[in-house]
Amino acid sequence: MTTSTVPYDAVLDELEAEAIHIYRETAAAFKNPVLLYSIGKDSSVLLHLAQKAFAPATIPFPVMHIDTTWKFREMIEFRDRRAAELNLDLRIAQNLSAISEGVTPFSHGTHEYTRLMKTVALREGLDRYGFDAAVGGARRDEERSRAKERIFSLREPGHQWDPRKQRPEFWRTANTQLAPGQSMRVFPLSNWTELDVWKYIERESIPIPELYFSKPRPVVERDGTLIMVDDERFPLRDGETPEMRMVRFRTLGCYPLTGAVESSADNMTDLIREMSGSKYSERSGRLIDGEGGSESMEGKKKEGYF
Amino acid sequence: MATKLSAAQLTPVLHLVTCGSVDDGKSTLIGRLLAETGSVPLDTLDYARRTRRGGSTIPVGEIDYSLLTDGLEAEREQGITIDVAYRHMNLPNGRRVLVADSPGHEQYTRNMAVAASNGDVAILMVDAARGVRAQTHRHLTICALMGVKTIIVAVNKMDLVGFEQTVYEEISGAVRVAAARLDVAEVITIPVSAFSGDNITVESANMPWCHGPTLLGALEEWEPVPTEAAANGTEPFRFPVQFIVRAEGNFRGYAGTVVSGSIARGDSIVIADSGRPAIVDRIVTYDLHTDGHIKDLDRAEWGQAVTITLDREVDVTRGDVITGTAGDSLEPADRFAVDMVWLGEEPLAHGRSYLLISGSRSVPATVTNVRHKIDVVTGNHDAARILEMNDIGRVEVATDKPVPLDTYAVCRDTGGFLLVDRVSADTVAAGMVAHPMRRSANVKYHDYAVDHDARKLLMGHDAKVVWLTGLSGAGKSTIADAAVRKLHSLGVHTYVLDGDNVRHGLNKDLGFTPEDRAENVRRVAEVAKLMRDAGVVVLVALVSPFTSDRRAAKELFNPGDFLEVFVDTPLAIAQERDPKGLYAKAAAGNLPNMTGVGQEYEVPTQPDLVLAGNGDLDVAVDELVKAILGE
Repeated sequence: MTTSTVPYDAVLDELEAEAIHIYRETAAAFKNPVLLYSIGKDSSVLLHLAQKAFAPATIPFPVMHIDTTWKFREMIEFRDRRAAELNLDLRIAQNLSAISEGVTPFSHGTHEYTRLMKTVALREGLDRYGFDAAVGGARRDEERSRAKERIFSLREPGHQWDPRKQRPEFWRTANTQLAPGQSMRVFPLSNWTELDVWKYIERESIPIPELYFSKPRPVVERDGTLIMVDDERFPLRDGETPEMRMVRFRTLGCYPLTGAVESSADNMTDLIREMSGSKYSERSGRLIDGEGGSESMEGKKKEGYF
Repeated sequence: MATKLSAAQLTPVLHLVTCGSVDDGKSTLIGRLLAETGSVPLDTLDYARRTRRGGSTIPVGEIDYSLLTDGLEAEREQGITIDVAYRHMNLPNGRRVLVADSPGHEQYTRNMAVAASNGDVAILMVDAARGVRAQTHRHLTICALMGVKTIIVAVNKMDLVGFEQTVYEEISGAVRVAAARLDVAEVITIPVSAFSGDNITVESANMPWCHGPTLLGALEEWEPVPTEAAANGTEPFRFPVQFIVRAEGNFRGYAGTVVSGSIARGDSIVIADSGRPAIVDRIVTYDLHTDGHIKDLDRAEWGQAVTITLDREVDVTRGDVITGTAGDSLEPADRFAVDMVWLGEEPLAHGRSYLLISGSRSVPATVTNVRHKIDVVTGNHDAARILEMNDIGRVEVATDKPVPLDTYAVCRDTGGFLLVDRVSADTVAAGMVAHPMRRSANVKYHDYAVDHDARKLLMGHDAKVVWLTGLSGAGKSTIADAAVRKLHSLGVHTYVLDGDNVRHGLNKDLGFTPEDRAENVRRVAEVAKLMRDAGVVVLVALVSPFTSDRRAAKELFNPGDFLEVFVDTPLAIAQERDPKGLYAKAAAGNLPNMTGVGQEYEVPTQPDLVLAGNGDLDVAVDELVKAILGE
């Protein structure tokens, strides 16, 4: 028996076709779907795939960003630029009461901050606009507990994730029916890996924020993690002085909670080379999952987090 | 821009299903395969080095491979298993493996069916120390039923039998005999030890007598087993339409995925649902030419998601299937013989209307008959009236309107479907079409010159169906009787279909189980429909306790022709009245299916009218007559 070699592009083609199929099903089957856009690389790929799925028409649903007000400034600039370029119907969801109460990543624990500024803001945003399906960029390779996540992941009233109610997924056929109060989270990138995402960004020349590429940035080292001091709100501890280091980010989130990595990869080729060599899962750089490891991710999901 | 390569030629992704239980060492085998192909991140490996289960003999610092596929916190807490975990693996030849790993405890059949539904290859584990067992047959049967063509039998725990060749030969021979009676194209057997790593990714030094591939080697050598049609180049073209794309310049395209065969620009096609022919004008994707214009494809192959435009205006809606012409076409039918895996906690109810979903198509459907249940261990056909969770059986399905479904052997996507409960929206069954039973072309609907409108003119009034639902003893028959007397005196033609009365004749073969109640409601609704068509105002007095059954009845009629009337009487009062002595019997334990006692009455959420069954009869009758006359 001969063994043929499968080019990476062929794998990407199949993953792309699957994601497009999921998008079309979502747009047709739900009354009011939304694309959850978090500005990072996965969201950039999602946006690109949405363009492909409905071409030559434009993306037939709005895009929502959960803005904690603590994102990197570059992320917000990038978001607004892309929204203008693609003529997106951009909605921004914020937990205004938590913001006015002065909730920050420093005032509250990471878990409580995330619950208020991301999970609650997301739930409120979905409820305010009456979205019945929300497309997100979660992947099964991100983290152990994601391996059992569905492509069409059902949420009970109150956005609760009930493991017992998850629907079996056969063939390409999805049960997109909703009982009163139910909604759906949809993950077109379920079967992609982090490397697939980067290879696809490179192949398709998809714009991503510059934060993924290394350059000298002002950072402080805290508990072994490099944190970028992105604005004056960052409370420096005694003896802490930001220093310029060649760093980049593997994932993007709230800047005080996102660890930078020292790297010289300032272009796509170097970045993918570095990526292919890395054997750690990408969430190892995110402080948000830090309290309690992978099982805390499951806990957040039950509360309605992605 | 990358050169597009034909997915059909390359099969870049291998869908793998793993069958076996914890006792067979399945998690260790899968964990090792993932780890040794570099498919597990280091932090997860660290976790498997640090963590130890109670009773584990693996020294701390070494990897406990079984932990790599560990379950969720929620599963451990609630003692449940979520049916399938999905993982990925990269083969050295660049092919991607998507692993559907079904937990091997309870709910076995259901979980395996889900995992196997997309599978190209199954790894089936047999414990060398225990040999071929009932579950080995179970795995084989389910894989074959779900369309898995290649089975790799991993005879595991060879270390426990001293790596003896005779033990392996005996087991692999027995599995081959078992597989021979099933529709499996290829069986590969490999002696392995997941615990010590023999023949997983590295050839075993302990089994020099084994000359076959390692498990990884077998996966690498795998090539898709072509169907007969594929080998002849005659795979039928199937393109279920998901979404209608409308854009500037009068653009109207049909977006979907090629789930079988291929299509080229200029090819003749048929819309299977309507039988209308057309020619493919363009095959559009997003990919841009260097000049900025959207680049069309000349051809689309299996697996590609594209948008097709046609040379003429034809009626195409979401869910329709575009097919090739002549031998490639697909005729609609409304009755099918189906192999069905029951997934729902509630058993199958005959006559109950479910939603049948196949691809982007959905249509109400009922299971009209269970022919037999399949014993997945022996392959025997057992007599059965219903299917319960984890049962597999051959059933007959009737759809509300004719739909073009393939046989499952031709195409999984257009020959497989889900049944969905219309109230809870849960997926309750997966069906694989064995063959259509009645092409709808053979049963034409004959239009008669004297139609409902003509009869209505002669009658001098509108015809309606008035569906009175409520507990036994609620007063349905009493109210119906009084209302009909009043209508009759006003010159309105009426008839009462009484639940008790129809059970003496038309429905005397039915009992009171949920599935019999569903069939009872279906028959009464169909009779009411005929009588309404004849011009009569039909009052139905029937407990009809289940929402889904009442909804199915209502859907037979146009809006306004059917009134759902809830006769609302508290259970205590109905029990006190007990005109037929039924509540007394139920209290004595003689009527287990008594509504309100042993069975729930599902209160209508949006009835057209609510009548107080414990108030003044004249008031209730007046209200009802007014509603019927549209006053």
